[in-house]
Amino acid sequence: MSDLAIETHGLVKVFGKERAVDGVDLAIERGGIHGFLGPNGAGKTTCIRMLATLLRPDAGTATVLGHDVVHAADEVRSLVSLTGQFASVDGDLTGRENLRLIGKLFGYSGPQALKRADELLGAFGLEGAADRQVKKYSGGMRRRIDIAASIVVTPELLFLDEPTTGLDPRSRNEVWDIIRAMVGTGTTVMLTTQYLDEADQLADRISVIDRGTIIAEGTSSELKASVGSGSLHVRVMHRADRAAAKAILEKELGVEISEPVDPQALTAAIEKSGPVTRALTALEAANIDLAQFSLGQPTLDEVFLALTGHPAEDSTDEEAAA
Amino acid sequence: MSASTDTKATDATAPATTEAKAPQASAIVSALASTERPQRPGPLSTSLTFGWRALLKIKHVPEQLFDVTAFPIIMTLMFTVLFGGALAGSTDQYVQFFLPGIMVQSLIMITMYTGHTLRTDIEKGVFDRFRSLPIWRPSALVGMLLGDTVRFTIAAIVTSVVGLFLGWRPGGGFLGVTQGVLLILVFAFSLGWIWTFLSLLLRSANSIMGVAMLIITPLTFGSNIFVDPATMPGWLQVWVGVNPVSHLVTAVRELMGGMPLGSSLALTLLWSAGLVAVFGTLTMWKYRDPR
Repeated sequence: MSDLAIETHGLVKVFGKERAVDGVDLAIERGGIHGFLGPNGAGKTTCIRMLATLLRPDAGTATVLGHDVVHAADEVRSLVSLTGQFASVDGDLTGRENLRLIGKLFGYSGPQALKRADELLGAFGLEGAADRQVKKYSGGMRRRIDIAASIVVTPELLFLDEPTTGLDPRSRNEVWDIIRAMVGTGTTVMLTTQYLDEADQLADRISVIDRGTIIAEGTSSELKASVGSGSLHVRVMHRADRAAAKAILEKELGVEISEPVDPQALTAAIEKSGPVTRALTALEAANIDLAQFSLGQPTLDEVFLALTGHPAEDSTDEEAAA
Repeated sequence: MSASTDTKATDATAPATTEAKAPQASAIVSALASTERPQRPGPLSTSLTFGWRALLKIKHVPEQLFDVTAFPIIMTLMFTVLFGGALAGSTDQYVQFFLPGIMVQSLIMITMYTGHTLRTDIEKGVFDRFRSLPIWRPSALVGMLLGDTVRFTIAAIVTSVVGLFLGWRPGGGFLGVTQGVLLILVFAFSLGWIWTFLSLLLRSANSIMGVAMLIITPLTFGSNIFVDPATMPGWLQVWVGVNPVSHLVTAVRELMGGMPLGSSLALTLLWSAGLVAVFGTLTMWKYRDPR
């Protein structure tokens, strides 16, 4: 038996004319959290759905925990769980009923399923909402009940498809806490996300996918190193000053300054924060007023720009349709 | 654990976020730590569990019983009172002939909602969860159709009560009527597999209803439900003769009327088995990879 959690070779899925997944090779070790990073329409969801046996690959092979997803689909299903991008619980039923339903489908008796449901409702802070229909839950609560439903029987591999998309920051932090709590227990988590920040916070290793193919793989620091350690964003008060500001920044920082669409903005990838202070002082000395400036990690857009040469735009609505 | 917690207590319109507490990391870890795996349940058990889900949905969304109560009442009253006098001399006489037929028609029409419901479920994403579970694959659909037979039974009871008010006096008595209803339920369950297949094939709930209507209209109106086919043109008689709904209606009339049974009962059961074999297989083939 293979000790890889996920192994794929040349995985392909075609929807009509579009190659949603176009030859994906993955080798993901057991344990920890693996991030699957890419913009909308990159093929993340399609890939996850093939690995969770919800879609059949058009070409290539995939084994999950040593079992082929096509020929041993049933074995795969008994070892993995999926929390989909859209709530995969029944909105008409209450939270408790949803968990009881899953418990019974796994073979718990009625009282055992109820006990397990109450245990999970407590752990996820949902006792107060246990008897309310899930469609009346807030976005954060819905995500939690969804994750709870995925661990009614502890899976060896858990797919989380964009678990925080559309959540407010507090709910997002709660979901992150839940995911972190799961790591220690031996369950492997495969997390798809469109936020570098999220992959950075949670994932041990990250695969970057774009237009159906893997374009980079590594730890988050390895990925960030490929685009510089951080980025500076400056917005001048008067757009007439932009050219002058660009010249000053280029001189002080010694790197290339790019001009985004916004006619007042400038951005630069930087290695250290030291020269930034000098550059800002120089701007002030030149009497250039700034509306805004910020120093941060490279954004997903910048990582994408660096890796692919094109911005991480929404290429299609394929994920929504899949 | 409060096993007997009243499920209605908080089913109100209170704002959603207030009472949710933060998740407990340590409790999640201990919940995950229980690596106990229950024995894998059999096909019957999982199908019944999905049937339980359908009943829970009726409990939470009782509006879905509107079609199985209002529709049979309207159909039975309308056709009996409207056509009874013209077709059979009096409504009283017509209802003796017509009631088993209109019961079949009402139930067949109601089966269409199965496809509609399934498509809605698929679009909401909950079927992703079911399809990723290690269970006998058809059980989600079988359970759903079993849950629907509860709705069909309600429709049959409503139709019978309306019929009794209109003067229907079935010769087969309670037992005969029950057997007739059971036969309709078997056929409705089998017919349901056409709609499950369509709902995996077509992309919108509305298009399923459209196609289903195209199939149901010739099946029900081109049958012996409303009138004796003897007055129909020859080509139509041929269709009525092969139409499974005609066999079903004849068998139900025989059972409910306490008449001697002809070949219709066996033909109906044969058709039902055929529908499950063909459309059940097609459904499960499409279920692997629905769009």
